Amino acid sequence: MLVARDISYGTGNREIIKNCSLSIRPGEFTAIVGPNGAGKSTLLKALINELPHSSGKITINDLETRRLKSKPLSRMRAVMPQHTNINFPFTVEQVVEIGRFPHDTNPAEDQHIINEVIGLTKLVPFKSRTYQTLSGGEKQRVQLARIIAQVWDKTSHPKYLLLDEPTSDLDIMHQHGLLSITRDLLNQNIGVLAVLHDLNLAAHYADHMVFMKHGEIIKQGATEEIFTKENIELTFEHPVQMLKEPENGKMVAVSVPNYLKHQTQKEINYA
Amino acid sequence: MNVSINILQAKRLTRSTAVIMLSLLLLILFVVSLSIGSVELGAKDIGNILFDKLGIVNGDYSLTQSVVLMDIRLPRLVFTVLIGASLGVSGAALQGLFRNPLVEPGIIGVSSGAALGAFVVILGFTSFIGDLPESYKVWLLPPFAFLGGMTATFLTLRLGNYQGKVRTTILILAGVAITALANAMIGLGIFYADDQQLRTFTFWTLGDLSVATWNKTYIIFIPIVVSILGLNQQSKALNAIALGEAEAFHSGVNVERVKRFIVFLSALCVGIAVSFAGIVAFIGLVIPHIVRMVFSSDHRIVIPASALGGAALLIFADVIARTVVSPSELPIGIVTAGIGTPFFIYLLMIAKRKNLV
Repeated sequence: MLVARDISYGTGNREIIKNCSLSIRPGEFTAIVGPNGAGKSTLLKALINELPHSSGKITINDLETRRLKSKPLSRMRAVMPQHTNINFPFTVEQVVEIGRFPHDTNPAEDQHIINEVIGLTKLVPFKSRTYQTLSGGEKQRVQLARIIAQVWDKTSHPKYLLLDEPTSDLDIMHQHGLLSITRDLLNQNIGVLAVLHDLNLAAHYADHMVFMKHGEIIKQGATEEIFTKENIELTFEHPVQMLKEPENGKMVAVSVPNYLKHQTQKEINYA
Repeated sequence: MNVSINILQAKRLTRSTAVIMLSLLLLILFVVSLSIGSVELGAKDIGNILFDKLGIVNGDYSLTQSVVLMDIRLPRLVFTVLIGASLGVSGAALQGLFRNPLVEPGIIGVSSGAALGAFVVILGFTSFIGDLPESYKVWLLPPFAFLGGMTATFLTLRLGNYQGKVRTTILILAGVAITALANAMIGLGIFYADDQQLRTFTFWTLGDLSVATWNKTYIIFIPIVVSILGLNQQSKALNAIALGEAEAFHSGVNVERVKRFIVFLSALCVGIAVSFAGIVAFIGLVIPHIVRMVFSSDHRIVIPASALGGAALLIFADVIARTVVSPSELPIGIVTAGIGTPFFIYLLMIAKRKNLV
């Protein structure tokens, strides 16, 4: 498990995140949601040791992450940033290969893994393309392939993928494409944590949801239990209507204009 | 549509192919460089002399030929190879580290620091101690230049350090500041310098390979070879750094250590090169570009190929510098820029047409 217990981070005397605790279990998809400025990305950055937490403790497979060096740490977890720009013309394959850096596997085995991951992420036709010439959606898929290559091996310990708004710039097809590939990894003893902007995308793919507001985790739990009108409105301070997806019975939240604010209570009719 | 990343259209040009191709090019340039000059030396003569010195066969050659080859051209060739390789490799490593293709080795302050050190010897010693015999100057200048270069890099690193971490953007700006400061001090010196001192210094800033001797070659050999091997070892880490420093950290790279290591080794080999040969412009900036355009951006190829390519370009430039105004010699820096720039522009045109940049 990847566990954060009571972690805080602040600059000056302003606390950006306060006493956050959460656990990421292998085989589970956890999504962090919340309004802008809630501290979602800061929490993620603290979890991946890019920002030093001032209190609390973060452990990965029972080892404290602060005490681990980058190499052993990166064998247990991989991180996908929001954007990755490369100033030199690398091919897709070369970018994916960087995921193998922390491993001491031989080149033949690495190549096998790279091919496997490129197949898995449907990047075969792009293999020799230059990264810079790809579209935003394709670039994100390459980065996903890279971090999968980083955790793709037969070692028994659980591994974790942490993604910071991986779908923010993508169209709906690429959003679902990326997240469904990620979900397919869960049975490989991998746990996933993603900061997601889109509530419904989060609810659709996550087993476990974390609601953040003002730097604190205000609600967390299994998606079916926690993805409710009350929790969403509490977190986002904006009214929503819940609809049921006819295909699979999952709930969908639709934001509606804030009529209460304008003192005009109107019944909204959804045909 | 499939856009190939390099001009050779080779999808998977391996490291060994690149190294073999460049080594062959180097070998040809070795022979050309050794045979061209006022004393004619054919490939056969060179072979005769070398094999005879090694005690393998007894060839037929004149004493003049032997002296020219063994005491003049060969040390100069080895010296040139080392200088060219160190400039090429450090340019490649620093461009990779700073993720910026516009970086040249001088960015860490080493060249201007070395220039200041050299200027202190050229100006200071002759003004205050009186003119030194040429042989003293020859041996005083390199250590002072080296000291100046290393001090400037050390200051740059100190300024770029914040809370125990080297911040790349601050490091680059610190390099700019240190360079400007060194240049201001040189400018002040220039104001007081006489014509002869100015001339000496100006020529030093254009580079000079005619100073090569076996003794100097022995001195620069170990630090330069160690730096090249050390930088080559970081090529996989540099690939990860190309994604960004945070990404490299999450890929298992000890970014802080790699950064210091690369800055130190680059300063070491550029410092040595500049102190002994003056400022040879252009190689550190352009060789890595040429290598990336011709072969690949994979640092496992870029680093060794930039070492070999830097050596090749400098040998070629040196042959031209020695011959065009013979019996005099053009400063090497003029030639490296003079032949490197058109070639670079040519590659740029191809790359532009193929949509590579």
